Amino acid sequence: MHIAEGFLPASHAVGWTVAAAPFVVHGARAVVTEVREHPESTLLLGAAGAFTFVLSAIKLPSVTGSSSHPTGTGVGAILFRPPVMALLGTVVLLFQALLLAHGGLTTLGANAFAFAVVGPWAGYGAYRLTRAAGAGLLPAVFAGVALADLATYVTTSVQLALAFPDASTGFAGALAKFLGVFALTQIPLAIGEGLLGVLLFRVLTTNARPELERLGVLKPAGNAA
Amino acid sequence: MSRRALVNALLVLAVIALFAVPLLLDGGASEYAGTDAAVTEQLEADGYTPWFESIVDPAGEIESGLFALQAAVGGGVLGYVIGRLHGRRKHAPAEPERP
Repeated sequence: MHIAEGFLPASHAVGWTVAAAPFVVHGARAVVTEVREHPESTLLLGAAGAFTFVLSAIKLPSVTGSSSHPTGTGVGAILFRPPVMALLGTVVLLFQALLLAHGGLTTLGANAFAFAVVGPWAGYGAYRLTRAAGAGLLPAVFAGVALADLATYVTTSVQLALAFPDASTGFAGALAKFLGVFALTQIPLAIGEGLLGVLLFRVLTTNARPELERLGVLKPAGNAA
Repeated sequence: MSRRALVNALLVLAVIALFAVPLLLDGGASEYAGTDAAVTEQLEADGYTPWFESIVDPAGEIESGLFALQAAVGGGVLGYVIGRLHGRRKHAPAEPERP
């Protein structure tokens, strides 16, 4: 999902940066507030950041014969709500843009919008909807984490299609082309990431029950939600 | 092995299988090029020239090392947090256990 350095026309680069910036600033405030009001959250915040750090570093093979990497933003979005991930995700992207030549500074805004804004919000929305539909915690975690992953790549495809519409088929044709590269490859990865999210939440429900209850992920004193 | 540990182990196995099985079935026919790079190459083939270059562009081996470092930092922090939470629960005074 990393659009490479210099690969978005300047107007698009500026536009996405302007679009992403308020989310990131708001996210930074959300992180500061969370740590100040609930210092006991710091450990889990570290876990949420670490999860996206490790998952976005690992390229995995897919059935399409291409490889891609998961995003890991869904877990933090479910635990702390999406704004927190706007900051944590952007930090990951900045690290990769500056040190790994992966993504870039000119495309940081677009990449942050896909990875740190749309992904977490889509995942959080899927999680809340699944729970509202009466599902338990773990199925909802699976849906949220997997969709955060997939939605990020769909957003990247839309961004590229907007910047590079097909000469004859326009935006729709270009979108189909980029979705064919990104979204298809990503489906097994999203499933794998969803399973890892379930695994992590299983570990957390055993070991971090007080935090999960305070964050509203688990009902206080209830059985496995 | 408790049921909880068994389910966790099965989840790990499922994730490994999800990525290992396509690799094995494929038999080395695919190159597993990254999707990010595939799009970049396609755009360049269509005549697009990037207008800004990465400030730091590490060589391939260094880059894979830095990716490994990123994963190691993330894995290390995650392990530290889970270890601490686990240790806290083990030593918690008479906290009611899950039924």
